[in-house]
Amino acid sequence: MISLNHYLVLSGVLFSIGTAGVFLRRNLITIMLSIEIMLNAVNLTFVAVGRYLGTVDGQVITFFVMTVAAAEAAVGLALVIALFRHRETLSPDAFTLLKW
Amino acid sequence: MDANAIWFFVFGTMAILASLGVIGQRNPMHSVMLLIVSFAALAGLYILLDAPFTAVTQIIIYAGAIMVLFLFVVMLLNAHTEDDMGAVLGPRGMQIGALLSVLLAGEVVWALKPLGLGYFNTDQGTVSSISSVPRIGMAIFTTHAFAFEVTSILILVSMVGAVVIARRQH
Repeated sequence: MISLNHYLVLSGVLFSIGTAGVFLRRNLITIMLSIEIMLNAVNLTFVAVGRYLGTVDGQVITFFVMTVAAAEAAVGLALVIALFRHRETLSPDAFTLLKW
Repeated sequence: MDANAIWFFVFGTMAILASLGVIGQRNPMHSVMLLIVSFAALAGLYILLDAPFTAVTQIIIYAGAIMVLFLFVVMLLNAHTEDDMGAVLGPRGMQIGALLSVLLAGEVVWALKPLGLGYFNTDQGTVSSISSVPRIGMAIFTTHAFAFEVTSILILVSMVGAVVIARRQH
C-alpha cells in the first residue's frame, strides 16, 4: 500500500538530485534543467499532500508553479543566450566579473 | 502488492533514473531528452494521485512547451560538449556541496520517518472531488483569482523581458 510518505521521500530524493546537479555541473543549460527537476519535486509534494488532505488546492498551486517555471525558463534562457553572445561559452566560471 | 504500488515504483524509479541521467550527461541535448522522460514519469505519478488535469498540464506545458524552449536554445547555441571532466565536475567546494545534497536526501528520509504512514482516503467522493476539472477551475478563478491575475502580469513581464534581454544590441 502506497502512503503519503512514499511520495514525500521520492520528492525529497528528486529535489536533492536537482541540488546536486546545480552544484556539480559547469553548464548553464544543465544547471537550469536541474532547477526544473527541483521545481517538479516540489510540485509532486504539492499534489501528494493535496491528495492526502482531499483538496484541489495542491493542484492549483502546482498550476501556478508551472506558470512561474515557464516565465523563469523564458527569462533564464534569454540570459543564457545573451551571456553566450558575450563570452562564447556556457561555463558559469567564465562569468565572474562581479565576484569579489 | 497492489497495482497502484507497482506503478508507483515503476514511475518513481523511472523519474529518479532519468533525473540522475540529466545531471550525468555530457551532452545537453541528451539531458533535455532525459528530463522529458522524467516529466512523463511524474505525469504518471499524478495520474496515480487522482490528478489527471495536472498530469495533462505537466505533459502539455512542461514536456511540450518549456522543454521545446530548452531544446531550441541548445540547438541555437550549438555548444554540445563541455571541455573535460574536470570542467564538468567543477572545483572541490562544489563537490562538497553535492555531498551535502546527498546528505539532504538522507535528512529528508530521516525526518519523514517518525511521521508514520499517512494513507490516502480512497472513498469515491474524495477521489471524484479531487480529480474533477470543474472544481480546479472553480478554485483557480474564485479563491485564487488574485494569484491568477498576478500570474498573467508575470507572464507578460517575462515575455517582454526575454525579448529585451535576448535582443542583439546595435
